[in-house]
Amino acid sequence: MTRHLKMDTPATARLLDELPSRLTGKPMDRPDGPKKVAGKATYAHEWEIEGKTFGVLARAPISKGKLVRIDKSSVESLPGILGVFSEDRFLRNPAQGTANEAPIQGVSEISYFGQPIALVVAETFEQARHGAHMLELVCEADSHGVFDPEANNISPEKPEDDQLDQGDLDKAMAEAAFTVDSTYRTPNHNSAAMEPHCSIASWEGDQLTLHGSYQMVKYNVNELADSLGIEPEKVRILSPFVGGGFGSKLGIAPEAVAAAIAAKEIGRPVCVTLTRQQVFENVMRRSESRQRLRLAADETGKLTGLGHECLVSNLPGETFHEPVIQATHFIYGGENRRLSIEVARLNRMCAGSVRAPGEAIGMQVLENAMDELAHTSGIDPVELRKRNIPDTHPEEGMPYSSRPFAEALDEGAKRFGWDKRNPEPGKQREGEWLIGMGMAAAARVNMLMESKARVKLKDDGTAIVETDMTDIGTGTYAILTQLCCDMLGLAPEQVDTRLGDSNFPKASGSGGSFGASSSGSSVYLACQDIRGELARRLGCDEDALHLNGGKASGSGQEVSLTDLLAGETIEGEGHIEPGKTMEKVQQATYGSYFAEVAVNAVTGETRVRRMLGVFGAGRILNHKTATSQCYGGMTWGIGMALHEAMEFDPRDGHVVNNDFAEYHVPVNLDVPQLDVVLLEERDDWASPIQAKGLGELGLCGAGAAVTNAIFNATGVRVREYPATLDKILDGLPELQPA
Amino acid sequence: MKDTTLRINGEERKLSADTRTTLLDALRNHLGLTGSKKGCDHGQCGACTVMVNGRRINSCLTLACMHDGDEITTVEGLGEPGNLSPLQAAFVKHDGFQCGYCTPGQICSATAMLEEIKDNWPSNVSGSLTGEAKLTPEEISERMSGNLCRCAAYPNIVDAIREAAEASS
Repeated sequence: MTRHLKMDTPATARLLDELPSRLTGKPMDRPDGPKKVAGKATYAHEWEIEGKTFGVLARAPISKGKLVRIDKSSVESLPGILGVFSEDRFLRNPAQGTANEAPIQGVSEISYFGQPIALVVAETFEQARHGAHMLELVCEADSHGVFDPEANNISPEKPEDDQLDQGDLDKAMAEAAFTVDSTYRTPNHNSAAMEPHCSIASWEGDQLTLHGSYQMVKYNVNELADSLGIEPEKVRILSPFVGGGFGSKLGIAPEAVAAAIAAKEIGRPVCVTLTRQQVFENVMRRSESRQRLRLAADETGKLTGLGHECLVSNLPGETFHEPVIQATHFIYGGENRRLSIEVARLNRMCAGSVRAPGEAIGMQVLENAMDELAHTSGIDPVELRKRNIPDTHPEEGMPYSSRPFAEALDEGAKRFGWDKRNPEPGKQREGEWLIGMGMAAAARVNMLMESKARVKLKDDGTAIVETDMTDIGTGTYAILTQLCCDMLGLAPEQVDTRLGDSNFPKASGSGGSFGASSSGSSVYLACQDIRGELARRLGCDEDALHLNGGKASGSGQEVSLTDLLAGETIEGEGHIEPGKTMEKVQQATYGSYFAEVAVNAVTGETRVRRMLGVFGAGRILNHKTATSQCYGGMTWGIGMALHEAMEFDPRDGHVVNNDFAEYHVPVNLDVPQLDVVLLEERDDWASPIQAKGLGELGLCGAGAAVTNAIFNATGVRVREYPATLDKILDGLPELQPA
Repeated sequence: MKDTTLRINGEERKLSADTRTTLLDALRNHLGLTGSKKGCDHGQCGACTVMVNGRRINSCLTLACMHDGDEITTVEGLGEPGNLSPLQAAFVKHDGFQCGYCTPGQICSATAMLEEIKDNWPSNVSGSLTGEAKLTPEEISERMSGNLCRCAAYPNIVDAIREAAEASS
C-alpha cells in the first residue's frame, strides 16, 4: 500500500499536534549520536572491503588547454602500482544538484586548474599518492583562459528568466526622498566540509556498489550509471553517514566515476579520497559576485524602487548560476524593480550550490543596502524593514503563506537590547575597542521535493523506517525517528531509522533545505498508511485511531499492538509530491539577526561578541538539531563577513589558498556563544507536517548583521567582502587618548 | 616496510607498514581504527587528533614508525556506545556535532585539553602565564580552536566540555 499526497491544497489537518506523545519538535538527542562520538559511525572511506586498493587522482597543472599525453611508464614500475587510468568517461566537472544525468565528461580537454585527469591505483595509499605525484602529464596550455569575470573583453550571458524590469526604476530613483546606489563584491567560497569526498567502488560481475559520501542518492545513482554507460539498476550507492555536505556532495563527482572505472579494470575494489587541496580545486565553488543595489524610498522609508543587478560566473557549458536575487523578488516591496543576473564564462572550477545558494550572498548584500538606507534616512533599521514588508508578492501579486517576519524582527530587537544601540557610528568605545551593533533580515525560499519512504511495523511492536534520504549532519535520523514514534505511538528505542541506501525508497535527498520537510512528510504518510491498516483491523475510523505506548484503541476497546499485528509485519509506504501550493502562494522562511562586534581601533581586527538569530520555519521538528543548524548558518555568516575568500591567481587561474591554513573557516574562538530563537509556527501550505526548510536560513543575511555592526562601530562600510582588517583600517576614526 | 609495536587503547598492536605511513593512516587503513578522521592530512583541521603518551597530537603529522612502544589513545579507547565517557555523553546531550566527522578529534582534543587546564598550562587568552588556568568559555574556545568544525557546533562543544569538566571536578 502507498499513501500518496500531492500538495495541491493546504494541509489543514494538524495531526502531529493532536497525537499523544508529541515527540516531534522536542529536543531529542540524535539516535546516531553515540556512534558519532565513539568513532563508530562509518563514513565512506571507512568500509572494510576485502581486497580494497587505493587510488589518488592526478590533476591538471594548467587552467585551459589539452591533455596531450600521459606517460604511464613513469609510474608503472613503481612498487605496488596496479594501474593508471584516464579516459573519456572520466568527469571533467562534478554534477550539479538534481542533475540526474552525467555531467560534462572527458578529461582530454582542460577547462580549469586542478581538474582531475588521471587516477593512479596501488596496493596502498602511500604508493598511490607517490604514483600520482610522479605521473608525467604532458599538457598544452592555450593562452585564451579567462580568469577575470569583470574583464572588458568578455560579454557575460544574460539568462532570460533572470531579467526583471518592472515599472521605471531610474525614474523612481530620480524622484525618491532617499536613495542608495552601491556596488558590492563577494568572493568565491568553498563548502569545505570536514570529510573530503570519497568513493569506494566494488563490482560483482556487472553490478556496481559504491560506498560514497553523497547527499542525493537517487539522483547520484542515475548520474553515476549515465557516466559509466550502464543501467541504473546495476548501481547501488550507500551513503549512511556524510561528513558534511553543504552542497558540495549533491551531484556525482569525479572520484566516484574514476573509482568505478578502475575497479572494473583491475577486478578489485578501489577507494578514492580527494585530498583537501583537491576538494578546494575541483568541487563546487560558490561564485564570486558583483552586486549593484539601488534603493529608492519615500520620506517614510517605504521603497518605491528596488534594483539588484548581479554578475556571477561559471565554466563554459554549465547551466547553473548563483541565483543571487532569489529572495530579493519577494522580501520587500517597491513597485519599480530591476533585478537581473549576468553570467561570465570563466576558467575557474565549476560553480554550483554552496549552502544557501542565492540568499547567502544576495540577502547579505541586500541587507547591507537596507542598512545604508536606514542610515541615510535616519529610520531605525528594524523599523525600516517592517515598513517594507509587502502585502502581496511585489511582482506576481500572489499572497504569502505563513510569514512571521515582523515577529522575528520585533522579537530579536527586544531580546538583543537593540534599543541600547547608538545609531551614530563610531560613538561607543571600550579601551582600544570600538563597539557596534548591527542587524539584518533573513529570508529563504521554501521548497518541497518528491520523496518516498517505507515504514515496517513489526509484530513485536517495533518499527523500521527505510528511505534513501541522507543525514549530512542535519538530524535526519532524529526527526524521522520522532515522526514515526508520534504516528505509531512508539518510543524512540523502538524505531530503527535506516538511511542512505539506494535500495530503499527514493527520497528528496539533502539539499536546498527541503530534506527534512520532504522526507519527513514521506515518513508521515507511510505511517498514515499503517494507521489506516491498524484502524481497519480494529474496526474503527482512521481518524478515531489512538496509538500510544504500544497500544491501539478507537473502537471502545484497547488492544496491544502486538495482538493487533498477530505475528505479521505491516508495511506502509509514503509518497509526497509538490503541487499547486508551490504556485498559489509565496512560501518562504524568515528571520532576523542581531550582532555586536568589537573592532580594534589600532589594528582594525573585528571580533563578534554577541549574535542572536530569530527564525520562523514552520513546525520545528527537533529543537536541538534545528538550533544547531542555525548556529552553523550564523557561523558561516561570520566567516563570510570576516575572512572566507578563495583567492585565484589572476595570471593562470589557480586557487592560491587551497587548504585550511589559507582558506579561513571560523574556528571556535571566532564564534561567541550564539543565541537562537525558533518561533512557533505552522505552515499548512508547505507540507502535511506544516514544516518548512531550516538548514540554510541561518545563513541568509547573517554576514550583513556583522558588517552592519562594523559600520555602527566604526563608520566604515566595507563593500568588498570579506571585511578583513586592511579594508577597515584606513577608515577608522582618529585615535584619541582613551 | 618497517615493523612497529604500538600500544593502542591499552592493547599491543603490531604493524608492518611502509615507513611513509602516518600514524593516522596506520590507524585507519591498517589497524581497523577508523574513529580518527582525516580532514586535511596537513595538521590544519584537528580531525585526526589522538593522544600519544597522554598528549594530544595531530596523528596525520607524524609517522607510525616513530611511535614504537608509545601509548596511543584514540576515540575508540575513550568509550563506546552504551558505555560512553562523560565527555562523549556530554557531546551527545549538548549536540556538540552535526555531521560527526570532526567529533572524534574534538573529543580526544578536549580530553587532553582538560588535563592541560588541570596542570595550569596557560593559553593565548589566559590573563597570566603562571596563574591558575580557568575553565571559562573563552579559554575552552581558544584551546579548542585547533579543531575545526564546519557544521559549526562550537557553542555546543563549549557547553559539552564545560559540563563534563565541571561534573568531574
